[in-house]
Amino acid sequence: MANLNLTSENIKRISGVDARKCMRCGKCTASCPNFEDMEYHPHQFVYFIENGKLDKLLESKSVFKCLSCFACVERCPRQVEPAKLIEAVRLTVIRQQGANHLLPDEIPAAIDEEMPQQALVAAFRKFTK
Amino acid sequence: MQKIGVFICWCGSNIAATVDVKRVAEAALHEPGVVYSADYQYMCSESGQTLIKNAIKEKGLTGVVVCSCSPRMHEATFRKAAESCGLNPYMVEIANIREHVSWIHKDIEEATEKAVILMRAAVAKVNLNQSLTAGKSDVVKRALVIGGGIAGIQTAIDIADAGYEVDIVEKKPTIGGKMSQLDKTFPTLDCAACILTPKMVEAASHEKIRIISYSEVESVSGFVGNFTARIKKKPRYVNEALCTGCGICAEKCPSRKSKNEFNEGMDTRGAVYIPFAQAVPKLAVIDPTACIKFKTGKCGLCERNCTAKAIDFNQKEQIIEEKYGAIVVATGFNPIKLDGLEEYGYSQNADVITSLELERLMNAAGPTGGVLLRPSDRQHPHKIVFVQCVGSRGLRPCDKPYCSKICCMYTAKHSMLIREKYPDTEVYVFYIDVRTPGKNFDEFYRRAVEQYGVHYVKGQVGKIVNDGGKLIVHGSDLLMNEQVIIDADLVVLAAAIEPDPTAKSVATMLTASIDTNNFFTEAHPKLRPVESPTAGVFLSGVCQGPKDIPETVAQASAAAVKVVGLLSKDQLTCNPCVAGSNELLCNGCSSCEKVCPYGAISYITKEVRRGDFRRVAFVNEAVCQGCGACTVTCPSGAMDLKGFTNKQIMAEVDAICK
Repeated sequence: MANLNLTSENIKRISGVDARKCMRCGKCTASCPNFEDMEYHPHQFVYFIENGKLDKLLESKSVFKCLSCFACVERCPRQVEPAKLIEAVRLTVIRQQGANHLLPDEIPAAIDEEMPQQALVAAFRKFTK
Repeated sequence: MQKIGVFICWCGSNIAATVDVKRVAEAALHEPGVVYSADYQYMCSESGQTLIKNAIKEKGLTGVVVCSCSPRMHEATFRKAAESCGLNPYMVEIANIREHVSWIHKDIEEATEKAVILMRAAVAKVNLNQSLTAGKSDVVKRALVIGGGIAGIQTAIDIADAGYEVDIVEKKPTIGGKMSQLDKTFPTLDCAACILTPKMVEAASHEKIRIISYSEVESVSGFVGNFTARIKKKPRYVNEALCTGCGICAEKCPSRKSKNEFNEGMDTRGAVYIPFAQAVPKLAVIDPTACIKFKTGKCGLCERNCTAKAIDFNQKEQIIEEKYGAIVVATGFNPIKLDGLEEYGYSQNADVITSLELERLMNAAGPTGGVLLRPSDRQHPHKIVFVQCVGSRGLRPCDKPYCSKICCMYTAKHSMLIREKYPDTEVYVFYIDVRTPGKNFDEFYRRAVEQYGVHYVKGQVGKIVNDGGKLIVHGSDLLMNEQVIIDADLVVLAAAIEPDPTAKSVATMLTASIDTNNFFTEAHPKLRPVESPTAGVFLSGVCQGPKDIPETVAQASAAAVKVVGLLSKDQLTCNPCVAGSNELLCNGCSSCEKVCPYGAISYITKEVRRGDFRRVAFVNEAVCQGCGACTVTCPSGAMDLKGFTNKQIMAEVDAICK
């Protein structure tokens, strides 16, 4: 854990997102199709990281619940790109050994026929190679 | 040899804290031509100026260098002081050691060294300065106002009241602008038409005001005090002198498919129409793109019914040419197009409307006679959602980066009026920030919340989908940390406002500058807010930046005062720092003529030496603005700018590099 540089600064660096551009309009959260399942919502990711409160996000399952649909990125008027921030947090988590949310072997059983293709593709973003 | 005095200003601690002024004064004495130097706390003060004046008189100075703030600030002050004791004002030069030195450097050593260098450059220039005498030009006592909205009307009335002739050029068939479309005005809720139409009538009946409606300024030439404008008057196909504005033609017109611009396209009008009941001038106009007579050659029903015999299908475009001393830009604004903001579904859903459309739906002269009915099925909406900052404060290509300023207040107004008139209606307002800086503004907004029970939700709307007659609004409530979903009957979008599309071409025509958002740039953002940097061009209303009606009217009157100040002069002093061509060097290549943005250069054939006739450049000094474009373009070095000659500039460079 120690050498992973788990800081908000690092998250900003790897995501390339400037959280200070956020004007707190909440359009990202308004647009989130998976709002109900997310413990922390897109605008909270932006706000927490801006204020250096990364720990709660690292512990939350929200990073895996995010569909990576990029609706928040598309609609954000300030071009903050919250999904990229969430992805950066997720990468930080899964780069820790043994921190995979799912194992590849478990995937076939989890596949739902009704699940949109996009969700499947997005799910692959959530694993280490 | 010049006898130069160098004066170093401390500007309190502004300069003296970073620049060792004593050392600059000492260094000045070693410069060629310098016979005197002094430093003082505030050189621009009365006693500072006296110090300069006394030195000029006692030491017989022929040139002065003041090391102080930017020449924009006090060059005029020091030149005036010099002139008052007989020194030609153009023998005074400023070395800017505040903005260029003390304000941007921290290290005293470095700053002092740079201050000395800038002082040395200014001294080198003054050594080559020559006395210049400003010419005079006459002022045409007539003003042109471009745009006939509330800004243009107010400016015109104020100028006319001061006794000067004014022409208002309005591109639409009537004056009145956006304000004529509004129902009520915040924060007093007085009816817009009731306060605007008397002003429109006053403008129309004022003996000093001429309204040139349905016309556009095509080109402008000349300079401050002496502009010439070509105004294109579009054909109305109605004789203005004969039309009585009775409206029979509009009633009889069988073509009824044109969207009524006055009602934001929510109902239709005939091909011949009067824009609205209180239009000024109250004259009919034929829209040739809709007129059956124009399209098929048959019809002419309006012509047969017009008792005044005013219909004239053969009317042609007219050009009016007029001279003006001053020009006021009052080109106004439009709400932005919302096609790019797909998440709100404005173009898909009839019941997602803009605030300006709501104004018309609430207005007695509107498409519903003032009864609030939603456009799709003409039913009373019971749940209404307002969305703020639609297209404002965003960085996407479809957004505007600025705050449109008026939306918070008009949304509070709309929500309050709806709750007042239809108490069974639930009203939600999604806001990011509520901005109410203005007299009685915050009280007004609080009234909407506290007295009228409007639900203000802190958050933005993410998307709006149509679900069988209901509009499902997905928004966020950031204070509750919740996603809110509202099944609304009507959604009203507070669309951002942007300058009228003509702003860009008008700016080019007037060589006035506009910013990246196409708002006109003022000469100084704080101290000269109604003047354009181009002399003789003034700004009124939203063309300069978003504003509400009281601010617009205040700025309109301010612009009028500036115009009156200009027109009250019989003659203007020209800038003597203008270009001049050395005929012996000029080879007549026309390069300078091509680059001159003011059209000040022409070519004449002149006998340069006996029997040697040559084509040489001639500068009209009254038109030249001294920009220097010609001097750098001239391949033979024949063009030179008085007060900024090539020699002077090279001397400055040499002094800096020494």
